[in-house]
Amino acid sequence: MAKQLNIFIENKPGRIESVTGTLYEANINVRAIEIQDRGDFGIMKLLVDDPQKAYLALSDLGLAVALRDVLAIIIEDKPGGLHKLAKLFTKANINMIDAYGFVIDSSREGIWCVEVEDYEATRSLVEENGFKILSEQELYEL
Amino acid sequence: MDIRYWNKEQETLDRDSLRAQQLESLKETVGYALQTAFYKRRLAKAGITSVDDIRSLDDLQRIPYTTKDDLREAYPDGLLAVPMNDVVRLHTSSGTTGTPTVIYHNQHDLDSWTNLVARCIVSTGVTSSDVFQNMMGYGLFTGGLGLHYGAERVGTVIIPASSGNTNRQLRLMKDFRTTVIHATPSYMLHLYNKIQESEYKRSDFCIRKGFTGAEAYSASTHKKIEELFELDVYNSYGLSEMNGPGVAFECCLKDDMHIWEDAYYVEMLRKGTEEPVDAGEEGELVLTTLQRQATPLLRYRTGDLTSLRIEPCACGRTHRRITRIKGRADDMLIINGVNIYPSQIEAVIMKVPEVGTNYQICIEKAGSLDKLTVKTEIYSKMFTGDLKALDALKVRLQEELKANIIVKPVVELHEPGALPVQEGKAIRVFDLRTDN
Repeated sequence: MAKQLNIFIENKPGRIESVTGTLYEANINVRAIEIQDRGDFGIMKLLVDDPQKAYLALSDLGLAVALRDVLAIIIEDKPGGLHKLAKLFTKANINMIDAYGFVIDSSREGIWCVEVEDYEATRSLVEENGFKILSEQELYEL
Repeated sequence: MDIRYWNKEQETLDRDSLRAQQLESLKETVGYALQTAFYKRRLAKAGITSVDDIRSLDDLQRIPYTTKDDLREAYPDGLLAVPMNDVVRLHTSSGTTGTPTVIYHNQHDLDSWTNLVARCIVSTGVTSSDVFQNMMGYGLFTGGLGLHYGAERVGTVIIPASSGNTNRQLRLMKDFRTTVIHATPSYMLHLYNKIQESEYKRSDFCIRKGFTGAEAYSASTHKKIEELFELDVYNSYGLSEMNGPGVAFECCLKDDMHIWEDAYYVEMLRKGTEEPVDAGEEGELVLTTLQRQATPLLRYRTGDLTSLRIEPCACGRTHRRITRIKGRADDMLIINGVNIYPSQIEAVIMKVPEVGTNYQICIEKAGSLDKLTVKTEIYSKMFTGDLKALDALKVRLQEELKANIIVKPVVELHEPGALPVQEGKAIRVFDLRTDN
């Protein structure tokens, strides 16, 4: 299963920079980023090309970091592309705990990264309905 | 001015002789300390297993500091150095909400304490013809009994009025022609206001001196009390761990407090560190008892901020002086009327594995109320990356704290290492409420 980095950061100037600086020094490329905000702090979620290496670099910096499972589902980059997937989730009564998306090939493909309760069940459902889920390797080598 | 001494030889001993005496006393003290479960273990770690390991005053540096927490941990008898049968009195700290601390005294200790207090009293110019009205509380609190026995030894007439009942205090002052009063500065001010409201006039009273202590108070309060009552006020310093009053006192020249160095070995640490201060610099007072047998304390961190004056005093005493206490880092906080010890907050934080051991307690005014904020750090190893878990953690901390300290705090979660770490004794409490 693909992994994303969840990092606890305080909501104040310079905190994101300390993360990006560390990743830059470790020669890590960031694919996608999302921040869940709680006012005085937040969780920064990163999709990178080498999560294990990034995890070590950020841990060395002293940050609270966790590697979390994420489903990276390919959707079509056209009107209704995401809607088709969302409809499927609704029908199966699966909650998207958190999600973010990005485009990899304009007008062709986008990636929908989603956190759910039951990864195996969701994976089967999604694949049975014709969606492709990126493997770890595919995701990191994007 | 007529300079009086209680024990002139001891009070004016040359510094070299004083140091030689301190060394002998330190050896005896370490001998007693080795009889306690607490120090036996601690001194062994420092390589001290017998009195013979103390060859100079410098050897004191090998001994770790003793803190109030150590006293709490050793409660009730981990620091008792003599058989309980030899103990004649004990004083405990209030311990309203935290674990109390206890100091035991045998007869030798009480005699020594009484002599030190007598020395303080006489140094202000008080004699056996004075009438001394003691308005400090009698009981476990050391302020009342400490001065009581000292004044008794000096031979004054003592009126053991204890604290409170202001109308009776005034009546006693008038009827028995009280010349010296002992009270906290706040009670002195209260007493003055009561006189204004009553039918008494200043001319009804014979008071000429006042001793004040037990609370940190400013030089301006000191002066104000002197002006209101038209009397001389002498600043008194003591703490229950060091017997109580009688540690340091202003002499008749009222120019800072002589600290009795034959009874207390003085060290000064730069605030928040374990580094000694430069001469004259403000720092935390660290004391070693030199005359106590039942509860010896080695390098006790008083938490009190002061500075040491090394220049001689015109009174001829060779014992150095400490300046007015800048603040008592006394750890009890009163938040919205509730007594809270930081240790209670710490205890909760230490029980929650998702947060680290570093924390800060901030108190500030929010309107007329006090706002308590507890800042904690996320513990990296327990971090799951789940925001909902963090929300739940915050609520859990808040509720567990409320269950322990009654006050509901604001809980802040910070990154690991975000809160400042100090060398030595950490400063964790930031009381941002301004007085008055």
